Amino acid sequence: MDFGIELPILRGRAWVRRGVIPFDAILPARYWKSGGRGGGPDDALLGAHAMEGIDPEFAREAAAGGIAFVVAGRNFGAGGKSIEHPVLALKAAGIRAVIADSCSRYLYRNAIDHGLPVLLSPGIAMCVSSGDELEVDVTQAVIRVVATGRRLTAAPIPLPLLRILECGGYVPYVRRSLEDRAATRSS
Amino acid sequence: MARQMTITEKILARQASLPEVAPGDVVTARVGLVYTMDLWALDVFNRLRQAGAEHVSDSTHAVVVFDHCTPPLDVAAANLQKRVRAEAEVLGATIYDIGRHGVMHQLVAEECLVRPGTIAVATDSHAPTDGALGAVVVGVGATDAGCAMATGELWFRVPDSILVEISGTFPTGTTSRDVMTYLMGKRGWDGSAAPWSYQAVELCGETVQAMSIDSRLALCNMASDMGVKNAIIAPDESTYAYSGADWRSEPAVRSDPEAEYAERIEMDITMLQPQVACPHAPDNVRPISDVAGTPVDVATIASCSGARLEDLHLAARILEGRRIHPRVRLYVSPASQLVYRRALADGTLAILLEAGGLIEPSMCGPCLGTQGVVLGDGETCISTLPRNLRGRLGSAEAQVFTANPAVVAASAVAGELADPAEYL
Repeated sequence: MDFGIELPILRGRAWVRRGVIPFDAILPARYWKSGGRGGGPDDALLGAHAMEGIDPEFAREAAAGGIAFVVAGRNFGAGGKSIEHPVLALKAAGIRAVIADSCSRYLYRNAIDHGLPVLLSPGIAMCVSSGDELEVDVTQAVIRVVATGRRLTAAPIPLPLLRILECGGYVPYVRRSLEDRAATRSS
Repeated sequence: MARQMTITEKILARQASLPEVAPGDVVTARVGLVYTMDLWALDVFNRLRQAGAEHVSDSTHAVVVFDHCTPPLDVAAANLQKRVRAEAEVLGATIYDIGRHGVMHQLVAEECLVRPGTIAVATDSHAPTDGALGAVVVGVGATDAGCAMATGELWFRVPDSILVEISGTFPTGTTSRDVMTYLMGKRGWDGSAAPWSYQAVELCGETVQAMSIDSRLALCNMASDMGVKNAIIAPDESTYAYSGADWRSEPAVRSDPEAEYAERIEMDITMLQPQVACPHAPDNVRPISDVAGTPVDVATIASCSGARLEDLHLAARILEGRRIHPRVRLYVSPASQLVYRRALADGTLAILLEAGGLIEPSMCGPCLGTQGVVLGDGETCISTLPRNLRGRLGSAEAQVFTANPAVVAASAVAGELADPAEYL
């Protein structure tokens, strides 16, 4: 399908867990509980603690370039908290996309807003194993398991959200649109 | 002709200036109110600045409520609040500072900042509470809030809607909250099955129409923990009476008669018992009759789930002329300064004090386990909070049960979980 937009194809290894992964397994609460200092350098340090609540090896492996994709089962990020820090931790750890059966709406919004694509398809976690090399076409919502050539499809990401991802997140997207508005007014 | 739409769809369409929307569409819509709290305000403001804005957009109202770090427990919290005050002034956000504050969702309802037919966003998972006023109110992260403050608009995916029609009169001791607790027990909560994930839950029926605004707020509040995008009750005369006349100037938005819903639920609450969420999950629910007799050490009436004036009145009806059990500590944290002042003026606080309760400031601490109520090892607490996860109120070896304020008050007197009907 032609959206008039084409995000780069992503490639790398998958880390797979099929159960429900709560938001505080993605990033334990003690790493954000003290509250907002305004963001900034601390966000990068969160990467060292990504997935600490479920896999103590995750951050180290991801830092070494060994994990590009988190593949999860149902209700990824469960637990109903609106905070962004779990997404910041995943991004800082080098994760390029999240692929899941389904996802908490907070995690979904926060991921898109930070330029982290989320591809959803019920049952997809059963089709991928940890260590699988994947090729992910975010625009077409297609995931290819490189070793077998098997193609998996996910629900297409709506075009407005692809545009946000193309900008690298909602802040750069809004920044560009405010600049365009200002330019139009002054011309 | 536009498709038949639910109230949530209509509000999103109207605020996106579209003739119609359907579930799954992603739209950009005007946001009338963006509200955050002391804890996250600096992150929100940071995103606003990163987006290139130097001021809150003229087309929205940005509000910071001091509730999570209130009153400040340490120097870091005090300094955080200082910085928030300074930034809010520069950027043009309104602050509800200590003394004029409340738990954020209660505060913005009381201040009539959430108008029927509009969209509001908040940086907290109990944002759906104020959908009780006939608005689409959605929880978001700091980036969404900062960008919404900068531009006055935000992207939204149009949700499916679920219709819950409630009929019957509440039995003695049962409140609106029990409806949601019951449903959560049957279907799971956001941390497990997330039964209503992404969906708009629309509440209607004779029981809802008969509810006060306090009851409606409690009902929508508890829906938050089922993973909903928003919970909503169509505005009616009660809504307008709560707010004041000027909300009537716009035509009320209601669901079309042939609107499509992903699910319709009918519930008759005539036989509904007070429901108790048992350790350590919000969906581990039993009727009070199953758990009555469990000893308790601490009883808490607090939070945006159960410390409104109506809740304090209900507790006072049980506690008047009685003393709490010698083993029990009772903590009461009114949901806002306004609730506190009214409860003081009408004698409610005197009743709670006479019974042996500790009246605390209006704050989120008793729900977060950060201040006001902290449990030691092996302590058992019965509370009006929305969540009872292990370790939430301090010790991982403590047990938290949650229920409506009548159950909490009755249990405080009995020294064990008790059916409020025996005390009313």
